[in-house]
Amino acid sequence: MATESIKYLAPDTENKAKTQVFPRPGQHTTGLIDWLTTIDHKKIGLMYGMTALFFLIVGGLEALLIRSQLWDHNMDVLTNRQYNQMFTMHGTTMVFLVIMPLSAAFFNYLMPLQIGARDVAFPRMNALSLWCFIGGGLILNLSWFFTGGSPAIGWFGYAPLTDTRFAEVVGDMGPDFWIFSLQILGVASLLASFNFITTIINMRAPGMTMMRLPVFTWMTLIVSFLIILAFPAITIALVELMFDRTYGTNFYDFLEGGKPHLWQHLFWIFGHPEVYILILPAMGIVSEVIPVFSRKPLFGYGLIVFSGAIIGFMGFAVWSHHMFTTGMGVVATSAFAMLTMLIAIPTGVKIFNWIGTMWGGRIRFDTPMLFALGFITMFMIGGFTGIMHSSVPIDAQHQDSYFVVAHFHYVLIGGALFGLFCGFYFWLPKMTGRMLNEKLGKFVFTLMFLGFNLTFFPMHYLGMIGQPRRTHTYNEGHGFETWNQIATIGAFILGVGIVIGIYQFVSAFFNKKLKPAGSNPWDARTLEWALSSPVKEYNFARTPIIKAKDQAWENNYGPRENHAEKEPLDDHGVHMPDRSWWPLVTALGLFGLAIGMLFHRNIDPSGELVRDYTAPILAGSVAVIGMIMWALEGPGGYHLFPKENDE
Amino acid sequence: MSDASAHALEHHEPVTSTGIPNKKVLMWAFLGSDCMFFGTLISTHLIYRKISATVGGNFLDIRDVFDIELTSFSTFILLASSLFMALGVSAIHKGNLKSMRWMLFGTIIFGAIFLACQVYEFTHFIHAPGNELTLSTYRGEPHVFGSTFYVLTGTHGTHVAIGVFWLIGWLAYSFTGKMSVAHAIDIEICGLYWHFVDIVWIIIFPVIYLMEYAL
Ligand code: HEM
Ligand SMILES: [Cu+2]
Repeated sequence: MATESIKYLAPDTENKAKTQVFPRPGQHTTGLIDWLTTIDHKKIGLMYGMTALFFLIVGGLEALLIRSQLWDHNMDVLTNRQYNQMFTMHGTTMVFLVIMPLSAAFFNYLMPLQIGARDVAFPRMNALSLWCFIGGGLILNLSWFFTGGSPAIGWFGYAPLTDTRFAEVVGDMGPDFWIFSLQILGVASLLASFNFITTIINMRAPGMTMMRLPVFTWMTLIVSFLIILAFPAITIALVELMFDRTYGTNFYDFLEGGKPHLWQHLFWIFGHPEVYILILPAMGIVSEVIPVFSRKPLFGYGLIVFSGAIIGFMGFAVWSHHMFTTGMGVVATSAFAMLTMLIAIPTGVKIFNWIGTMWGGRIRFDTPMLFALGFITMFMIGGFTGIMHSSVPIDAQHQDSYFVVAHFHYVLIGGALFGLFCGFYFWLPKMTGRMLNEKLGKFVFTLMFLGFNLTFFPMHYLGMIGQPRRTHTYNEGHGFETWNQIATIGAFILGVGIVIGIYQFVSAFFNKKLKPAGSNPWDARTLEWALSSPVKEYNFARTPIIKAKDQAWENNYGPRENHAEKEPLDDHGVHMPDRSWWPLVTALGLFGLAIGMLFHRNIDPSGELVRDYTAPILAGSVAVIGMIMWALEGPGGYHLFPKENDE
Repeated sequence: MSDASAHALEHHEPVTSTGIPNKKVLMWAFLGSDCMFFGTLISTHLIYRKISATVGGNFLDIRDVFDIELTSFSTFILLASSLFMALGVSAIHKGNLKSMRWMLFGTIIFGAIFLACQVYEFTHFIHAPGNELTLSTYRGEPHVFGSTFYVLTGTHGTHVAIGVFWLIGWLAYSFTGKMSVAHAIDIEICGLYWHFVDIVWIIIFPVIYLMEYAL
């Protein structure tokens, strides 16, 4: 219990005006300033989502260029360097600028609603996370315009590809942009995760015990822990690499005593938990969707939560399966092979839970359900190939072949992306207040499902017959052409499907002709469906008192004693925190710091290297000032007085 | 809609589900994450210490460059600073602003002494005649010891510096007349951070320094 002495009183608002450089936007702010200064978790979630959908198009175009280059043997749509840049940018974009932020978008929008909270624990920090994400995405893509163009080092950035001495282009800045962009994106992810952890642990409505949390919220919590424990490994690896490239240290410089192998370890200590960071949110989404469209409670709630936690935990103990062919020695290799096989068990458990949920249910095949079913089937294929290359001798065949490309696209597109699209089709009615066109949705699903399988299924075969990955072309006579052409056709079909899907998502916000959704169009179970669509800015007029799991369902169908109650209206009204400029200013400072560091080195006329820290110091000061002003302005706030049931 | 609204008259931190203030949960989560940051740096150092134990064909004896008396002294200073920090937290809980100021001041000074020692140590090592340890060389030969050592201890030093500036911020704030027992939680999380950074040094000191003397 909070003792009397540490009860926190926010600094009184009277003093607010004095500490302002530019005035704090008030309660009635609208338009651009509202979006720039908002601290509402729903708006932040939407901006996260829309930016990520934009990057999905960027990353998708890169993929289509790759597929065009592989259409036939010895094509030259792209030079070999451009090809390397393309798959580097594609991979980095899809992982860090698409799947992770799309997941973050759902975390932001839904998690507070699902636990009965009015916002996250630190709303301004949430805004900072958003702006850092956008800044990091910009930095990565700015690399196209400077010396050497984009990085050509793979999304894994293996040493010694990143060694300045082996740069194909003198003074290549691509890897530097990559390093700084990932650092800023790391800040974004870490801030968001600290925030989500605090929110879920501390801001649940009365009665919302941990074992009543919706599975999606559980996955948010687990993924947040994965992020805060896994990102440090890559952050430090990147710091070391930055020092190598900027100050000549020897961490990964094998000519001076460093070991490139260490990079691989640090990268994959982050990298394997990262793949679970990518998939668990999608698993959370389908765990919400399948019960609704099967009209049955989730089968084995506890088991799903528990296996999610086990996956998260074990995810830290299997990283070396990405390094089976590096010669780690028999003991290490066998241990990692065994652990990798083991981790498939909790993954399989979840699949059985979903099947068990559908078993005997009254299944409705609306678009969200189709995507959920697509998720299960295709994730299973990806899981099977994963178990295949947990076997070391088999992996020696798969490594660096298209077979691995097939594996991870089955888990990442068939799994993560289908899960996220499922989430859009399921929750957009809640976010926009409008139903999406079912026919168009089913058309998108069909295109994506067909296109996806046409693209990636043949890659299993191509890998088996020896097509190497990360190689810009192939010679005649290997029999690679036909399947590559099928894959390329599939990729364009998938692309068209995704673009129509994105169009459908975005237009849902503007198209007034769509049917109104009402508060609970799917007859769903969790707390957010008890609110109006779109949700009011204060979420809950009165804090709900939770009586059961699946509270919205219990309210409609459950016994009386399971109906949620509500806390009485507060005479003070609903306290809303004020908007703020400082998250944006701080993020701009960090952005400038990164850009400043990228350009602080110059060669003067005599050929000497000169370092000029003016720009980074100035930009860094902006960030520091932003943080100080942020601290001084305090959370602030105004009060709203909603009617009793206006929520 | 809710038209009537008024500016906040009374604010109070909502009761949290666990009873632990949000800021404290946040700090604990951050410290958990920070463990992994230092874990990665320390393991990098130890791995290289083992596999790159020679320089120019000779066994690398870093005792030639370390100044263990100085580092022991600065270790002692940092440990002592934690006492001030703890007393500062306890003072603000009791609402004793004056005592808190002195304690924060002591923490800041000791933190600054530690940092000064580190700056001295770094410059001293880089220029140690005949035993120059730079970011990329030892005695003029390429080596990783300097890389791992400086980046690890430098990261720790950065943590201390951030802590010092943070405390200076609160010390300055305490003179604005707005500080009360209500801010105890803020000082408390500063304290958590400070003690954590201290504990990390308690690991770094034996593992990176003392172990070199145990051979
Ligand atoms: C049943 C669970 C899984 C197992 C046993 C498994 C196993 C593996 C193994 C052994 C590799 C290394 C293959 C090689 O390079 O030779 C690999 C690669 C990969 N896996 Fe999985 N995996 C599983 C699930 C996932 C999931 C859920 C994701 C992401 C959502 C994922 C994403 C990836 C990626 C991106 C790579 C390639 C990384 C690269 O080399 O760039 N995997 N997987
Ligand atoms: Cu893996």
